[in-house]
Amino acid sequence: MEYIALQLFNGLVNGSFYALLSLGLAVIFGVLRVVNFAHGALYMLGAFAAYLLLQDFGVGFWPALIVAPIGIGIAGMVLERLLIRRLYGLDPLYNFLLTFGLTLMIQDGVRLRYGLQGQPYPAPAELAGSVSAGLVAYPTYRLFVIAFSIVVCVAVWYVIERTRLGMIVRAATERPELTRALGINVDRWVTPVFGFGVALAALGGVLAAPMRNVSPLMGSELIIFAFAVVVIGGMGSIAGAVVAGFLVGVLASLAAVFNPALENVVAFALMAIVLLVRPAGLFGSLEARS
Amino acid sequence: MRRGLAILPYAVGLAVALALPRVMYPVLALDILVWGLFAMSVDLLLGYAGLLSFGHAAFWGLGAYAAAIVAKSAGVPFVIAALVGAGASALLAVPFGYLATRRRGIYFAMVTLAFAQLVFYVANEWRDLTGGENGLHGVPRTFPGLTLGRSGDFYYAALPLILLGYAIAYRIVHSPFGHVLVAIRDNEPRAQALGYPTWRYKLLAFVLSGGLAGLAGGLFALGNGFASLDLLHWTTSGQAVLITILGGIGTLWGSLLGAVIVLELRDALTSAPELSGVVTGAVFVVIVLAFRQGLWATGRAVLRRLGAPPLSARIEISEGEVRHGRS
Repeated sequence: MEYIALQLFNGLVNGSFYALLSLGLAVIFGVLRVVNFAHGALYMLGAFAAYLLLQDFGVGFWPALIVAPIGIGIAGMVLERLLIRRLYGLDPLYNFLLTFGLTLMIQDGVRLRYGLQGQPYPAPAELAGSVSAGLVAYPTYRLFVIAFSIVVCVAVWYVIERTRLGMIVRAATERPELTRALGINVDRWVTPVFGFGVALAALGGVLAAPMRNVSPLMGSELIIFAFAVVVIGGMGSIAGAVVAGFLVGVLASLAAVFNPALENVVAFALMAIVLLVRPAGLFGSLEARS
Repeated sequence: MRRGLAILPYAVGLAVALALPRVMYPVLALDILVWGLFAMSVDLLLGYAGLLSFGHAAFWGLGAYAAAIVAKSAGVPFVIAALVGAGASALLAVPFGYLATRRRGIYFAMVTLAFAQLVFYVANEWRDLTGGENGLHGVPRTFPGLTLGRSGDFYYAALPLILLGYAIAYRIVHSPFGHVLVAIRDNEPRAQALGYPTWRYKLLAFVLSGGLAGLAGGLFALGNGFASLDLLHWTTSGQAVLITILGGIGTLWGSLLGAVIVLELRDALTSAPELSGVVTGAVFVVIVLAFRQGLWATGRAVLRRLGAPPLSARIEISEGEVRHGRS
C-alpha cells in the first residue's frame, strides 16, 4: 500500500514534466503550426543553464528558476527568427525536420563540451528533507515540483482562456486570416509565443536538475513521451496536454507496481488505445486545421 | 535505340554496384546499399504516399534482430534469415500502420515515432531474446556451397537480394498501385471520390515499406555480424529520413546517392561520434532550409542543361517536395 502511494507521487512528478513539456508544445503548435522536436533538447539546456549558473557564477536555484527559462526563451526566439520562420509557407513537416536537426546539434554539441557523464545539482536548502504525505514520507523537493507545475499549468491556462492576450492567441490559432482581417497583428505574437513555449521547456529543465542528473541526453527520451502525451491529449489543446501529461505519468507509475517493465510502455499503449477509440485525442477535434 | 538508352542507366548502376567493394572497404559498401534500401522504404511512403514515417527504425531494427536471432539459433542460410527479418517487420507494420494511418501529416510522424520508441523499450526489456543493452553479437552468415566469412564475399552474395529489394520498390512505385498512392498524396478526398479505398492503400504501402526496411535491417545485421539497440533508436529513423531527403523525396534512386554521402560522412567521423551528431544535424538543417529538392533532382537539372535526354519521363510525376497544405 505504501508502495502504491509512493508510486502515485512519483507518477505525479513524472506527470509534471510531461505536462510542462506538452503544454509548451501545444502552445507553440497552436499558434505556429510547428511541432518543435527540439523541445527536449531545450529542456536539457534549461537544466544545463541552471547548472552553469551555479557552477560559474554561484547563482542558486531560485534565481535560476527565473533567469534560465528567460535566457533559453530568448534563445528560442532567436531560433524562430533566424531559422523556423523561413519554413512557414511549407508543409509543417519541414519544420519538424529542421528542429530534429537542431536537436542533434544541441544534444551532441553539449555532449562534446561536457561529456555524457551526468552532473549533480543540489536541491535548494529550503526544500531539503522530506515531509509526511499521508501514508508515506516523500521528498519535499518533489512535492514542490508537483505543486509548482500545477500552478504554472493553471496560470498558462488562465492567460490563454481568460485574458485578452489569450483571446488573440486563440483567435490566431483557429482563424488566422480572419483575426488579421479584424486588425490584429498576428505575426507580432508568433516570436514571443515560441519563446514562451521554449521557456516552459527550460523551466521543466531547471525543475528536473536537482532530481535527475544534468546530462546532454536527459531530454532525448522525454520528448518522445511528450509527443505521445500530445497525441493522447489532442494536439493544440492546452487542457488536453496538461490532463494527458499527468494521466500518463500516474498510470505509468502505477503500472510499474505490477511490473517495472511496463512503466515505459504505458504511454504508447495509451496512445494506441486513444488512436483506436478517439483518433483526435481526448480533448482534440479532427476538424481543427492541419 | 531508345530502348537501349533506357537500359543504360541501370547497366551503369549495376556496374557501379559490382565495383563498389573495390573502391572502398566491403563493409562500408554493403552498408551503403542496405541503408539505401532502408531510405527507399522511407521514400516509398514519404515521396509517393505523402506520409513521413519517423519510426522506421522499428522495422529496420526488428528486421535486424529477427535475422540475427534466426541465424544464431537455427543456423539457417543468410537469405532465409534476411527474409525472416523482412517478414517480421512487415507483420509488425500491420498493427502500427493500422493505427498510424488514422492520422496524417505531422501527426503520422509523431505517432510512428512513438510506436518505434515502444519497440525500443520492449527490446531493451526482453533481454533473454535481444541481449538488452549488449545486443546480439557473432551473428553467423552461411549459405550452402559458399564461404561467406570475408565481407567482400558476403557483399556479392547479398547483392542479388538487395537488388531484388530495389526492384520491388521500383515495381511498387511504377505500378497502378503506386499511381494511386501518388493520387492520394496529391489529393486524398479526390482519390476517395474516385472510389479508391485510400486508407487500405496507405496501410498496404506502409506494410510493404516496413517489409523492405526489415529486409534492409536483416542484411545489415548479417553483414555486420551484430544487432544492437541503437538500430531501434529514433536517431536511426532520423538518419533514414535524412538520407531520403538529401537524395530527393520521391525519386527512389536518390536514396542511394544520399546513402553514399551520409555513410561516407559518418565513416570519416567514426573517431568522434559526438561530432558526427553535430555534423549530421547541421546537414539536416541546411538541407531542409536550402536544398529541399535533393541531389537526384539537382543532378537531373544539371544533366538537362548539358543537353542530355531525361532518364525516364515517368519519374516526373512524383518528383519534388512534399506538397504543401493538407495534413
